[in-house]
Amino acid sequence: MKKIILLILGSLSLNLISCGDGGKSRIDKIKSETIKTPEANPKGIGEVKNVTLTDPLEENMIKSGKAIYEMKCSACHKLTDQRVVGPGWAGVTNKRRPEWIMNMITNVDVMLDQDPEAQKLLEECLTRMPNQGVAIGDARDLLEFMRQNDLDKTQQKDQALTKN
Amino acid sequence: MKKTKIQKIVWFLFSLAVFVTACSKRDSKTVLEGDAASQAYVAPGEYDEFYAFLSGGFSGQVTAYGLPSGRLLKEIPVLSKYPENGYGYSEETKAMFNTSFGEVPWDDTHHIELSQTNGEFDGRWLFVNGNNTPRIARVDLTTFETVEILEIPDVAGLHCAPFVTENSEYLVSGTRFSVPIPQRDVPIATYKENFEGLINYVGINQETGEMSLDFQIRMPGFNYDLARNGKGKSHGWSFLTTYNSEQAYTLLEVNASQKDKDLLAIVNWKKAEEYVKQGKGKERQTSYYHNLVNERTSIAESKEITTTTILDPADCPDMVYFIPVPKSPHGCDVNPSGDYIVGNGKLSADMSIYSFDKLMAAIEGKDFAGEINGIPVINYESGLHGILKKPGLGPLHTEFDGKGNAYTTFFISSEVVKWDVEKLEILDKQSTFYSPGHLVIPGGETRKPFGKYLVAMNKITKDRYLPTGPELAHSAQLFDISGDKMKLILDFPTKGEPHYAQAIPASKIQPNSKKFYKIEENGHPYAAKGEGQAKVVREGNEVHVYMTAIRSHLAPDNIEGIKMGDEVYFHLTNLEQDWDVPHGFAVQGANNAELLVMPGQTRTLKWEPFKPGVFAFYCTDFCSALHQEMSGYVRVSPKGSDVKLMWGLNNENKDEETLREMLKEQERSQ
Repeated sequence: MKKIILLILGSLSLNLISCGDGGKSRIDKIKSETIKTPEANPKGIGEVKNVTLTDPLEENMIKSGKAIYEMKCSACHKLTDQRVVGPGWAGVTNKRRPEWIMNMITNVDVMLDQDPEAQKLLEECLTRMPNQGVAIGDARDLLEFMRQNDLDKTQQKDQALTKN
Repeated sequence: MKKTKIQKIVWFLFSLAVFVTACSKRDSKTVLEGDAASQAYVAPGEYDEFYAFLSGGFSGQVTAYGLPSGRLLKEIPVLSKYPENGYGYSEETKAMFNTSFGEVPWDDTHHIELSQTNGEFDGRWLFVNGNNTPRIARVDLTTFETVEILEIPDVAGLHCAPFVTENSEYLVSGTRFSVPIPQRDVPIATYKENFEGLINYVGINQETGEMSLDFQIRMPGFNYDLARNGKGKSHGWSFLTTYNSEQAYTLLEVNASQKDKDLLAIVNWKKAEEYVKQGKGKERQTSYYHNLVNERTSIAESKEITTTTILDPADCPDMVYFIPVPKSPHGCDVNPSGDYIVGNGKLSADMSIYSFDKLMAAIEGKDFAGEINGIPVINYESGLHGILKKPGLGPLHTEFDGKGNAYTTFFISSEVVKWDVEKLEILDKQSTFYSPGHLVIPGGETRKPFGKYLVAMNKITKDRYLPTGPELAHSAQLFDISGDKMKLILDFPTKGEPHYAQAIPASKIQPNSKKFYKIEENGHPYAAKGEGQAKVVREGNEVHVYMTAIRSHLAPDNIEGIKMGDEVYFHLTNLEQDWDVPHGFAVQGANNAELLVMPGQTRTLKWEPFKPGVFAFYCTDFCSALHQEMSGYVRVSPKGSDVKLMWGLNNENKDEETLREMLKEQERSQ
């Protein structure tokens, strides 16, 4: 008897699912179009494809990056390696490529949905990183500030580039 | 003998019951065609085609609905305080309720007007009147927030408001109750000598939307009810209905319904503008408040204005006229071409339709029947396009579909009637449930109506929905008017008492809708733009908490050193920069309300500790998986205790001394 009920329920739910396909809402359509099997890209997903890093560091960019950090990021990210809400920033440019960092900042919702590394971080931190409305140019300034912070805290920077 | 009497009574009751049942069946059930539901159906995830903004009447607010689904999208707090988000309670919004009568926390919203350009809705601003303590409010349609409230002086019951001209030059309004001007202590029975009316013109700044009372016109002491402005060829003129031309001041129900006709006031506002420029206006001392949100700080600022400019028709010829209109009119509505003005006499069986050309010819030819206080009265027949004979009982309000048809609500006979404006022929009648006041067609009062839907807003609901005790939500009915016959397709409850509404294609609002406030542009003096700026500052017995919120913590979340007798101001800045992430703030025992703070915004709640102890505060808007953790404590010590002012997050507590050192450090490094 139980089996029969299960069977009925099973076929009913199948039926419901197949029915649902016909009347897909716009959101579902967008979702099904954008969610593809993730393939780890060390550069992440987003508009930022190639970043040219310069040495020595740009003082003006560091200054602007610091101001943005203080306003939009410092509530969750410390400059040490201590995780509070999100991971601490010390050493981030040694672990992540500059494109990945900038895509994470500017395209965070897609990254959290599709990028395997970003998803791992979400599992650890359990709070979705918010979209803080940072423009790509501003994200570049943040990156410069991270590079300076890495030099201060770990005496090296940009090591992720040599790993990949 | 006895038996037959009882039998008779029983028979009578029985037949009465049959009659009543038959009646209510006929009234409450309309045969719906099979596809009615699909016409109003908007699938999950899909959007409505129109926004409809309904006034809230005694709720004092405005609601936004989607059409055709009837989905409630938002209640916009406008003229009543709103503890749900702190509107009127937060330090930033308190000043919105300042009037010459002090703080007036409630009003009665009646008529919605959307801003227009070239006689079409442009989607910039929404205006609505406060009936009780006369005010006009402006809502910014990029944020759906009330940004301005202007009091109108020396009037009472600002029902006849705020009607917009076709390029949003002015909002015209008229007093519903005439009163002594200036207000003074006189016997009510001296109405005829002492009571006066006013018609007001509020100018609108085309860049900012800011309102200013440009001039007022002195009028006889009648009751001014509703108005419309001309469009196209009649642009530059306003039309206002009056009732109580009898000038009764008691039992108006009877005494203001004596005359066969009341009057329609016709104002040449371009002429009035000229007179103001020529200096024909007289400055009069008065008092009214203008409350405006400063865009940079997002704080409402209030100022009292003490003079007003009055134009007297006796000194300003060719500016104001009257024409008779049948008994106690309500609506007066101008068709899309601007050729015809429909006068709805509430107590008349017929409707009078005036021709703008004929009115102009009558004025030109001085075809007058007399004058009232220097205002010429045009001969009724001379201005008439024609009469719509016996369309129904109690005509209230008319809108248009842009195809030559008008639609009028009939309060007493509970119906909407469709009629041909040019030919004055009745085309269709449909029942509404029950007793409609206004109706709305998207763009139905503009030069370009979207004649697809009509919503009748009913005053009486009775058996339409499951009962909810003595008080029922008012009902609205949506009709498809795209065909020859009107078709009822949806019935939905509304909030408060919607009087008038306006509806606009979603495409005129949706693309401009703001998603968050840019934190970089936050100019609030107590904003903490970043967690590093979170701090607590004591100034005498005032304590200012500069607090930040981001998923999922408040900073600082431990505060100590508050003493009894302190006034604590929690200034909460929402650091989020993403759509749909407001944070809330509530603290135990707050005698005012809570705060809802939009991303990038700063809002302030004043809190006066009630007793020593440790009290919790928390985020009230479920923001993330760790929302329950988004909380903190404030410690209150007795007056005179030596607990140091300290605050912090995650045991990184700071006190005033530490902070001073940090500031010095910062100065040195710069």
